[in-house]
Amino acid sequence: MAEVTLRKVVKRYDEVEAVRGIDLDIPDHEFVVLVGPSGCGKSTTLRMIAGLEDISDGEIMIGGDVVNDVPPKDRDIAMVFQNYALYPHMTVAENMSFGLRLKHYPKAEIKQRVTEAARMLDITDLIDRKPKQLSGGQRQRVAMGRAIVRNPKVFLFDEPLSNLDAKLRVQMRIEIKKVHQKVRTTTVYVTHDQVEAMTLADRVVVMNHGRIEQIGPPNELYHRPATKFVAGFIGSPAMNFIPCQLEESGGLLQVRVSEAAAFPIPAERVARYRGIPRDTKLLLGLRPEHLVDAQSNQSAAFQPFDATPDVIEPMGMETFVYFPLAGVQLCGRINPGIEAQAGAPLRLAVDLNHMHLLNEATGAVL
Amino acid sequence: MTTVTLDKAGPSRKVGSMSSDRKWAMRWSYVFLTLFAIFFLFPPIYMFITSLKTSSEISAATNPWWVYNPTLSNYIELLTSNQFLTFFKNSALVSIFVVTITMLISIPAAFALARMRFWGSTTLATGVFLTYLIPDTLLFIPLFKMFATFAQWTGIELINHWWVLIFVYPTLTVPFCTWIMIGYFASIPKELDEAAIVDGASWLQTLLRIFVPVALPGIIAATIFAFTVSWAQFLYPLAFTSSVDQQVLPTGIITTLIKGDVFNWGQIMTGALLGAAPPLIIYAFLMDYYISGLTAGATKG
Amino acid sequence: MVDAAQSMTQPIRARTTRSGLRKFFERKSTIAFFMALPLMLLIAIMVIYPAFYSLHLATLNKSMQRFVGFGNFTFLFKRETFWMVVQQSCFFAITAVIFKALIGFVVAHLVHNLPDKGQRKWRGMLLVPWVIPPAMSTLAWLWLFDPSYSAFNWILAQVGIGPIPWTGDASWARFSVILVNIWAGAPFFLIMYLAALKSVPEQLYEAAAIDGANWWQRIWYVTLPMMRNIIAITTLFSLIVTFANFDIVRILTAGGPLDKTHLFATWAFRIGIEGNDIPLGASISLFMVPILAIAAVFILRDINKRGNEA
Repeated sequence: MAEVTLRKVVKRYDEVEAVRGIDLDIPDHEFVVLVGPSGCGKSTTLRMIAGLEDISDGEIMIGGDVVNDVPPKDRDIAMVFQNYALYPHMTVAENMSFGLRLKHYPKAEIKQRVTEAARMLDITDLIDRKPKQLSGGQRQRVAMGRAIVRNPKVFLFDEPLSNLDAKLRVQMRIEIKKVHQKVRTTTVYVTHDQVEAMTLADRVVVMNHGRIEQIGPPNELYHRPATKFVAGFIGSPAMNFIPCQLEESGGLLQVRVSEAAAFPIPAERVARYRGIPRDTKLLLGLRPEHLVDAQSNQSAAFQPFDATPDVIEPMGMETFVYFPLAGVQLCGRINPGIEAQAGAPLRLAVDLNHMHLLNEATGAVL
Repeated sequence: MTTVTLDKAGPSRKVGSMSSDRKWAMRWSYVFLTLFAIFFLFPPIYMFITSLKTSSEISAATNPWWVYNPTLSNYIELLTSNQFLTFFKNSALVSIFVVTITMLISIPAAFALARMRFWGSTTLATGVFLTYLIPDTLLFIPLFKMFATFAQWTGIELINHWWVLIFVYPTLTVPFCTWIMIGYFASIPKELDEAAIVDGASWLQTLLRIFVPVALPGIIAATIFAFTVSWAQFLYPLAFTSSVDQQVLPTGIITTLIKGDVFNWGQIMTGALLGAAPPLIIYAFLMDYYISGLTAGATKG
Repeated sequence: MVDAAQSMTQPIRARTTRSGLRKFFERKSTIAFFMALPLMLLIAIMVIYPAFYSLHLATLNKSMQRFVGFGNFTFLFKRETFWMVVQQSCFFAITAVIFKALIGFVVAHLVHNLPDKGQRKWRGMLLVPWVIPPAMSTLAWLWLFDPSYSAFNWILAQVGIGPIPWTGDASWARFSVILVNIWAGAPFFLIMYLAALKSVPEQLYEAAAIDGANWWQRIWYVTLPMMRNIIAITTLFSLIVTFANFDIVRILTAGGPLDKTHLFATWAFRIGIEGNDIPLGASISLFMVPILAIAAVFILRDINKRGNEA
């Protein structure tokens, strides 16, 4: 068990900087998820923690010791790979015990640890099979078993679920969470899937272009994103961004999104936004669940407006409507009971209590 | 009514003609393949026919494609002749040593070149491939002279000893085997050795306990290649060995069974057939490995 | 401030030098270098050195005492036999490779037409000439071509065609060595082309058939472009091997009659080893280099191209 610390970690490949100075403190027992689009440096960061990539600059500490020059085998880590990387010529038991056998653990202890891990992952029956005879989900369990058996200081997961189909992915996600709740090992988990990040993490680290955009618990990232990137990346369907301007009419602060449409800013937000220069180009950020049908949301918090949806997506428990407004395509979420038709006008309402106002040029959330 | 029948008849007639086309194409394929098979197989079959004949039947003016009085005397004579058994033993020893040396050199080198990357490793990989393109016919004269000079300097005579071939044949086998092993190793996912390294394996352990077992089909293919090359090599033994007791099979059969103008064809064909037997047997049992090794050189890497 | 910086860096430097040697041997690149070292030594001593040594040998006189510069080459240029060998080598290699490629292509298609389960058997039979050591199979051909007992001539005699001097007459002997080379080498093309044919996705043919392509158009627009790489590389390989061929000519005709079937390799052996004129033999064999080099450049370009695509 150990904490992991990254100090100004940089990774350079010839000309390109893949990771540009990352600071990260992961306390003991924490489950941290690195998430971001492909090429954001998340995998490289993980591989530097594992020792599979050299660190160009900065330091990485595991359990308080700088491990920059420590080879992977001496870092006391275990890693689960995207394609599982099971040794095809070994049985499940041999796969799981390979690391222990290399370290010359006593046979009895190896057997006990393997049995225990197999029981925890519910793969006791598969113990003598070869990887080829296993399904994707079973291979995934074996790969995790191989990590658990070692009882390492840190678990590293590199997109472990992306080779599974959608249903199995949900199932294994729960499995991983359960295992972590049992063994409480410090875990760094890399994924490009924000749903995985939200569901698994104690804290999520959103990365983009080799930098950390924001670190925080899942709900904080969702409700209080710090940048446009985080706001747009977390949440599905993604947050809508509408070009807008602040204006004051009759002592009332409001956002104008088009010639025709302007919404008054809620009282509790006025103080926060009043200082923004009026000529700043702004974006109004609204999640789909805050663009709703006017019929079932009639309280004072909601500002009604008219729109003509061009695509309707009924999902069962909710219905998404896509409609143009102020030159951009927006997505709203309406009550599935509402009769909506593509091309037919629909009365919608916006919940400005959950609005975000962003600086278009800098991407900062104001 | 008419249109319906037409519509029905149209496609069904077409399908019918397609499948009868296919049938005819298939029949012609079999006819031509049989002709080609005859072309490719009659020399070894003729070897076998001749090997069953007595000298008198061979020199008689009868149908050469038929055996009237089959006999095994050629086989018995050769397999009890010390000379022939010496050729066989020399060939076998040379091949076994060459295969071992080839694998000991190729596998670690291929692993280093495929996975570890060091200064100049890409150049070396290309170099290995180029070496494979240098034929034996370009090197036998300088090697012959080098061995002669070596004997002058050290007093160790290399020429006219069967074991000199053990040092020479790897030049033919190692480059190709390294090249195809690089291909096989490169096809192993990178995560597998990373998993091994995280598990605490050293590079040597990764090679021996992960790569060698996983790439075993490739190693078998390379072994078969090395064996067939060293078993069949003709130019080097012809240039470097001359005494009867130092010869390997290909040169031995030609130099000893052909005495002046007297060709003992029954025995020559028997010897050639026996000499061709080991590669043929390996081929019969391990055809898929043999073919994968053959195609690996051009399709991989 | 400066002091602090120095005291920060010094222990690091001390640490690295102390364990420097151990680190050097533990470094990945060092281990890799030593794993590849036997290979490098083998290539350096047994291939690179002899290749350059033959350049040196080619500049000596017969007794290898005196430097004669290009003397051996100018001597060769004046000999009619040399130009004959050049001609014969090129004719032999080009003709044989063309026919091997054609036969390989045709037979590969025939095999590919068969139902999958029958293919193995046919492929197994058709590859036999490639498996038999060439020295052994050429002996069979030598016996088939025997001047007095030729089994071919027996068959021809049955239909009233006079005995053919398979290895006795210059033109027939040239035909015979090429025939044997085609027989031994065509299966290699067959296997390569068959592997290439199998790698063409079936959907492409289905798409072409839907687009209305006939049998010939499917070969021209689908098969050939998809196989282009394999065809090129196999042809170049074979060109090198055929050009440098030794076994077949040596056993079948030994260069005769009257040196009419010599290739560079067999002539170099005759002069260099049997005739004891090592420098002249080396000079002859060096004439193989230009052709080999050209083929090698093309193969290498192809491989690099594919490497970049991957």
